Amino acid sequence: MKNRAFLFSFLFLLVLIIGIQPAYAQQPTPSDDRVNKLAREIYCPVCENTPLDVCPTKACAQWRELIREKMTEGWTDRQIKDFFAEQYGDRVLAEPPLTGTNWLIYILPPSGFLLGLWLVFRVFFTGRKITPEEGISDSTVSSPVLNASETNRVEEELIRYKKR
Amino acid sequence: MAANLGFGSLVIAFLLAVYSSVAGCMGGLKKRAVLVESGRLGLVLIFPLVSLSIGCLIYLLLNGRYEIQYVYSVVSNDLPFYLRITALWGGQAGSLLFWSFLLAGLSVLITNNHWDRDIEFLPWVISVLGIVLAFFISLSVFVENPFVRFWELPDGSHLASMMMPAGATIYQADNGNGLNPLLRHPGMVFHPPLLYLGFVSFVIPFSFAMAALITGRTDDRWIRLTRRWSLMAWLFLSLGLILGARWAYDVLGWGGYWGWDPVEISAFMPWLTGTAFLHSVVSQEKRGLFKRWNIILIILTFDLIILGTFLTRSGVLSSVHAFSQSAIGPLFLVFIALTFGVSVGMLLWRWNDLQSENQLTSLFSRESVFLFNNLIFISLFIVCFWGVVYPVISDVFTGQKVTVGPPFYERATAPLFAAMLLLMGIAPLTAWGHSTARTLGKSLIKPLLVAVLILIIIAASGVQSPGALLGFGLVSLVVTVTFYEYGRGVHIRSQQTGEPVLLSGIKLAGRNRRRYGGYIIHLGVVMMALGIIGIELFQTETQGTIARGQSLKLDDLTISFRDLAVFDTHDGRNIARAVVNIKQGDNVIGEIYPRRDYYYESQQPVTVPGVISTFAEDIYVILVDWQSISLQGATFKVYHNPLVKWLWLGGFVFILGTLLASWPDLTLDEERIIRMVIRHGPEEFFK
Repeated sequence: MKNRAFLFSFLFLLVLIIGIQPAYAQQPTPSDDRVNKLAREIYCPVCENTPLDVCPTKACAQWRELIREKMTEGWTDRQIKDFFAEQYGDRVLAEPPLTGTNWLIYILPPSGFLLGLWLVFRVFFTGRKITPEEGISDSTVSSPVLNASETNRVEEELIRYKKR
Repeated sequence: MAANLGFGSLVIAFLLAVYSSVAGCMGGLKKRAVLVESGRLGLVLIFPLVSLSIGCLIYLLLNGRYEIQYVYSVVSNDLPFYLRITALWGGQAGSLLFWSFLLAGLSVLITNNHWDRDIEFLPWVISVLGIVLAFFISLSVFVENPFVRFWELPDGSHLASMMMPAGATIYQADNGNGLNPLLRHPGMVFHPPLLYLGFVSFVIPFSFAMAALITGRTDDRWIRLTRRWSLMAWLFLSLGLILGARWAYDVLGWGGYWGWDPVEISAFMPWLTGTAFLHSVVSQEKRGLFKRWNIILIILTFDLIILGTFLTRSGVLSSVHAFSQSAIGPLFLVFIALTFGVSVGMLLWRWNDLQSENQLTSLFSRESVFLFNNLIFISLFIVCFWGVVYPVISDVFTGQKVTVGPPFYERATAPLFAAMLLLMGIAPLTAWGHSTARTLGKSLIKPLLVAVLILIIIAASGVQSPGALLGFGLVSLVVTVTFYEYGRGVHIRSQQTGEPVLLSGIKLAGRNRRRYGGYIIHLGVVMMALGIIGIELFQTETQGTIARGQSLKLDDLTISFRDLAVFDTHDGRNIARAVVNIKQGDNVIGEIYPRRDYYYESQQPVTVPGVISTFAEDIYVILVDWQSISLQGATFKVYHNPLVKWLWLGGFVFILGTLLASWPDLTLDEERIIRMVIRHGPEEFFK
């Protein structure tokens, strides 16, 4: 019984060690490609609108090395990004995080599109309500002769021309 | 002397611009032709004065007169001749003066036109052009004066000022800062003037739109009069954007052509609204529709042009604090607010007079497709505008600095670009006025079948990505519909007239150049779309540090490092140049020389990629780093960019189409000549 308790304790500890330790375990040095993949999603804290993977400055090379170090230490991509955001502010992230008023950035463009779509269909809807009796006829649209409004325009132009 | 002459002529030009705007306005209000003519002459005179000023600045740049602050900031002793001229737009003060120069030139062209029956527009066009010119020249005179000189004060300190401080003497440095190395690429030599020409040309349709509102001419005359100007503006803006993309690809060294940078986007936004405008005005010309909307679009385009110049010139994008450091930011903002407010006010004043003469009768008509096209372009504009403006708003109101980068734009714009391609596939088959789903479906079925067949072949060749298949499918649809529609027109014409097919083809396109020029533009766009699909969905890359003689592998490519040399040049650069061999499978396909140029004066490195470019793919190699002592090892970044060449090729086709669309339609004499050339052969005809 004692032995079984010991075995369980040992297995429990083993599970704990296996389960928790990998997050901090030393990893093989990540390749340039692996570093660049994450560096592309982090912006240089001092240059303007330059992702870390293509930034040619020495400082950025050091930040790429920092990413490599963190990866070697076993940090996840999310943790490294959070680390950079904590150190240098949200501007190092390629997109604003969904906090505070930042949801506005994601909401406004689709809202604008839907509003535009509604306006376009409203144009159709109101356009169809006008009957030919109200003075605007569309029956001659495809006809080669001028429709009423076009005739009016020609007459207007002629009057304008004669005045000179 | 040259600085005083340049500045003096600018001051007179500013006074003339103010006079012209007032004289035009008074002449228009009081119906006094003498005043209008006086305003016109004033406007015409601005051009030689600004030209004189530009001439003086170029003289100072060419002669390296470093007592001038602007010359000192953009020129250095080792700068070659042609770059000293292009240094004119290499800095803020010079580019603002260049803006005024271009607008003054266009003002001469437009006011010397034959106005005939449109004379009522003239006073207001003069007035609007005068106001815009007065604003830009005033920036050069009062805020960003390119002729400001350095002075040495009696206490030995230095000061930059136009006028001589008491007891001071002129101070001239031995050498200047030199032009930013990134601006020495041919793409950057032509990119700014073309972009500016595009910007400036859109002022012409805007001035006519305002004249139409003031005079109450609610017909489409203002659109017809400025059609070519709008197309020209669009052509130059497009050229400027394409060259800018090419510059980014060649110089910035990140394997791409478009980084959704706020500066790029601020030039892209007026292009988007301008494109919507160019499509929408056709509906007004053909069916008297969307009159209010067209005015809104040109007001928007005009103010986006000013906003674009403001965003790139005020420094507000890098830091909101830069805004308050120079007077230029607030001045721009006030000008944008005033012009926007006044023009929208005038639109509201004429709102009831600008009712559509017809209504939309079918969801599948040409005008409906144009309306949906406008919805897409405006949605793209909203994405871009909001993406650029939000970080500034966030910084001002919450103090939180954020970046809105490519992932946001790519996610938001990709479905809109796909919808745009779909509309381009449908539009040529629609008719004005009545068009039903049935008639559209009937004419769509044949090209659609061909497009599906092409798509099956593409899928069978191994493409599996749903996004790529959708993109290639839409591209196939646009290409087949465009050729089908044109072929059908040629066939009908040839049967009706008995002309040979070739003659029918030329005459059909010649008789309606706007339409068929538009088709060529569409073909250019799908070619560009091919390049974009290739690089966005199929780009692969790798990076590695290798010793001389070793290789990197990427897809079926082997990139071998042969040699590296580091040396100085006579023009102040230190160059590290690698020799790299590229093999595809077992075949050697070329040798390239990726470089890193270090400019001593500006202490700035510039990456020059080595590229092998074919219609199928680009192999793009960057020298990232090297061991400077042993020269044994070097770090390379390799990009494999499929189909990207189609982007540049599409750009050429796009420009050709725009030229055709803006050319006047064939006259009967021209038709007769073409018929004779085809009948007798060119040699016989021209002998």
